[in-house]
Amino acid sequence: MAIRKSLGRRIGVNLLAWAIGFVIFFPILWTIMTSFKSELDAFAFPPKFFSVHWTLENYKEVLSRSNYPLFAYNSIVESVGANIVGLLIAIPAAWSMAFAPTIVPERKETRMLYAAMLAAILIAAAILYLIGDARGDWRIYGPIVAIACIPVVFWIATRRTPDVLMWMLSTKMMPGVGVLVPIFLWFRDLHLLDTRFGVGFMLMLMNLPIIIWMLYTYFKEIPAGILEAARMDGASLLNEIVYVLTPMATPGIASTMLLAVILSWNEAFWTLNLTTHDAAPLTAFIASYSAPEGLFWAKLSAASTLAIAPILVLGWLSQKQLVRGLTFGAVK
Amino acid sequence: MGSIELQQVRKSFGSVNIIKGVDLQIKDGEFVVFVGPSGCGKSTLLRLIAGLEDVTGGKIVIDGKDATERGPAQRGLAMVFQSYALYPHMSVRNNIAFPLKMAKASKEVIDAKVARAAGTLNLTDYLDRRPGQLSGGQRQRVAIGRAIVREPSAFLFDEPLSNLDAALRVQMRLEIGELHKTLKTTMIYVTHDQVEAMTMADKIVVLDLGAIAQVGAPLDLYNRPDNLFVAKFIGSPTMNIVKGPSADKRGADCVGIRPEHTDISTTAGEWPGTVRIAEHLGSETFVYVDVDGIGPFTVRVDGEAPLHASDRVFLTPRESRLHRFNAAGARIAA
Amino acid sequence: MATRQTMTAGRILVAPSVILLFAFMLAPLVRTLYFSTLHYNLLDGSVPQFLGFQNYVDFLSDPNFIDSLVNTLILVLSVLVISVGGGIFVALLMDQQVVGLNILRLMVIAPFFVMPTVSALVWKNLLMNPESGFFLWITRSLHLPAPIWFTNWPMLSVIFIVSWEWLPFASLILLTSLQSLDLEQQEAAVLDGAGAIPYFFYIVLPHMARAITVVILIETIFLLGVFAEILVTTNGGPGDATTNITFLVYKQALLDFDVGGASAGGIVAVVIANIAAIFLMRIVGKNLEA
Repeated sequence: MAIRKSLGRRIGVNLLAWAIGFVIFFPILWTIMTSFKSELDAFAFPPKFFSVHWTLENYKEVLSRSNYPLFAYNSIVESVGANIVGLLIAIPAAWSMAFAPTIVPERKETRMLYAAMLAAILIAAAILYLIGDARGDWRIYGPIVAIACIPVVFWIATRRTPDVLMWMLSTKMMPGVGVLVPIFLWFRDLHLLDTRFGVGFMLMLMNLPIIIWMLYTYFKEIPAGILEAARMDGASLLNEIVYVLTPMATPGIASTMLLAVILSWNEAFWTLNLTTHDAAPLTAFIASYSAPEGLFWAKLSAASTLAIAPILVLGWLSQKQLVRGLTFGAVK
Repeated sequence: MGSIELQQVRKSFGSVNIIKGVDLQIKDGEFVVFVGPSGCGKSTLLRLIAGLEDVTGGKIVIDGKDATERGPAQRGLAMVFQSYALYPHMSVRNNIAFPLKMAKASKEVIDAKVARAAGTLNLTDYLDRRPGQLSGGQRQRVAIGRAIVREPSAFLFDEPLSNLDAALRVQMRLEIGELHKTLKTTMIYVTHDQVEAMTMADKIVVLDLGAIAQVGAPLDLYNRPDNLFVAKFIGSPTMNIVKGPSADKRGADCVGIRPEHTDISTTAGEWPGTVRIAEHLGSETFVYVDVDGIGPFTVRVDGEAPLHASDRVFLTPRESRLHRFNAAGARIAA
Repeated sequence: MATRQTMTAGRILVAPSVILLFAFMLAPLVRTLYFSTLHYNLLDGSVPQFLGFQNYVDFLSDPNFIDSLVNTLILVLSVLVISVGGGIFVALLMDQQVVGLNILRLMVIAPFFVMPTVSALVWKNLLMNPESGFFLWITRSLHLPAPIWFTNWPMLSVIFIVSWEWLPFASLILLTSLQSLDLEQQEAAVLDGAGAIPYFFYIVLPHMARAITVVILIETIFLLGVFAEILVTTNGGPGDATTNITFLVYKQALLDFDVGGASAGGIVAVVIANIAAIFLMRIVGKNLEA
């Protein structure tokens, strides 16, 4: 039974809700409207609402004259490509966490031993690494980081699965500026600055914890018995993941992918700091309009509309999953 | 071929011992039922045989070869799960064909085998449906079909009927029994329901707290339970256990007598008592009696018995059907 | 529960993710920590020299740092108040029986999907432009003084933009939480004769408490890192009026090429973010155990 309210109050609530919705949506609406105006109408004061000469001229110009297609292409390649790779890495990891979790904690002494080993090797690796650093020879970092990874992985892999998940999430909480300088120098030395691979790689890393986390929550809903049945039926681990798990989790994987693409598409710290032109996505293209050069508002609006339209559609499609993904499952 | 041998099989999770050293021999073609109360380790034992869990100790020998270290797919066994575990995104046809596809069988072989299994299980008309569109009994058949096409050396059933309603359960019980007669393949069947165990098994394995309480043919277990646990677990209603002078008189710590092996009289007998409730089912009557100095006691009488609550009655056990147990709960031979 | 084989496979399959995150998220952090102890400037070409904590002393005692810290706090707190307060209001409003809720919800959530550079530019040029912006028309129509937004009230302008971006997020999550409120509880409250205001404070707000906390923590983490909006609109100015810590580190690193100082700043930013992160992880972690 719904609670009855007076008609007057209901009309008031409806009007207020729609008014607020309109105000919130207005900047987007105004951008879209402006994108169909001539530059003169766009700049007109007082603003013109309907008595305008509507035109597609701005879109034609943005699409043909500027290098908009390159930026759009970069945005698509980087955000979609990065997350496809991210999914390929994350699906096995999420399978592992959902269906082969480490539950029984190690005995305390064993954990202390691991911790001591880890600390010793990390300190040794750090010293070697800093020596290499001081000599300005970056080639030594890679192998050293790789060696340092071994005990870390060993240690983390023997932790309880919830702890590993939390650790992964914690990397997501680190502000980009904390690693901006080393990543920037790395990219410079490896000639990854302003490459699609480099940007895509960073975007993949940024999203990896969220992708794993979301997939984990979806995989947890699949009964383990079905995967065991596949094992009994002679499926290898690869077959189990490809023919049984993935098709069963398709809706979850799709919404994970949607959210990840949205986040990468709008990511504006690494894309702005690691690109100049060749690999710059739409975020950087739009940012390049920040220095005003005369009457260009209508074109800016057209470019903006083109940049946000695909993601608005994707976002609207995925808004239900969005809450779950963005709050790491804390609000459903 | 489908002989399975367990040698001192143990399983523990952390410090909890679930299976405590089980030795068992299953001959080719036998229908073996693992039965026991929940938590006795029967499902775990089945999963150990299937290879879905590792043994902590001991050996599992299948067809004379040590299979302990082999993965589930390499043991040549097929399993039917309690939840059926059908692949919801595949048609019935593809569900049944899945093990064959994994074994890289040719398309002709797959089609022929799926058709044959579907025919046997009356699923031919449903091959293009999804599991979600089937009834519980049909799903159960698909799960069995998926097991059959592999031509396994043994079938493992993990409480396959517990999700079905009572009528369907009886029907599927018969179907599985017929299947066993047709295929003559070894079957291991886990259930907590002793009626299923008694009706289906060639051999029953009663498990208690991770150890075998008794192995034997259904009627052996009924007639000669090795210990109190089996005596109380097999048979419905459960066996009456009497301690005190009546047991001492017979040279035992306690004696057990089944409700159907107790005579009831309104005039004279060994144990006087008062009827608490009498359940008249027509074909039989269950009488719940409070026996003086002993406590609650169940008696089963064939047909209709003119007894009612608070009637005074006298009970007499049939001496030949009396089971004697020592203080450790073990049977005292006659 | 699974076999050793499965468990081993599990450890192997989780390893690539762990290695990637370790090698490219935590290892660089160690390197940042190391850089933060050096005199290391990419422009002067000198050999890096060990300074100990000097960079931290310099960074923390720099008046710019105090300014940017204050700016960061003002930005984060204002946006939190506006978006959470507004979000509660919008969520409550939308939870009434509103006609066309699905379309309305799409309109309200839309700004969240707009990339930060676009929203910053749209606000700067189409709405807040001092010559022909839409806001000018509103203020003129109402006969109010017309501000030159980014000159007169730079921080307020940035706060408006960022709040507009995050209000939808708060509204959506709070609405989701609100919709899970038990209808029977509502009816019981009505039967008990609770008025709207006690009902809100004793039933609705406690129910939303967890969602509000999550919103606050997640927004805090993102708001500490606000970057594109400042870069596009004010470039940190005028003066340092809109420079937050993220932007200060960016300026030191990529404009002044002062690797040592920027690294010290980066570490300070990490420490500040972690304070919020620890609380968030607790809540999420509890959810995981359940």
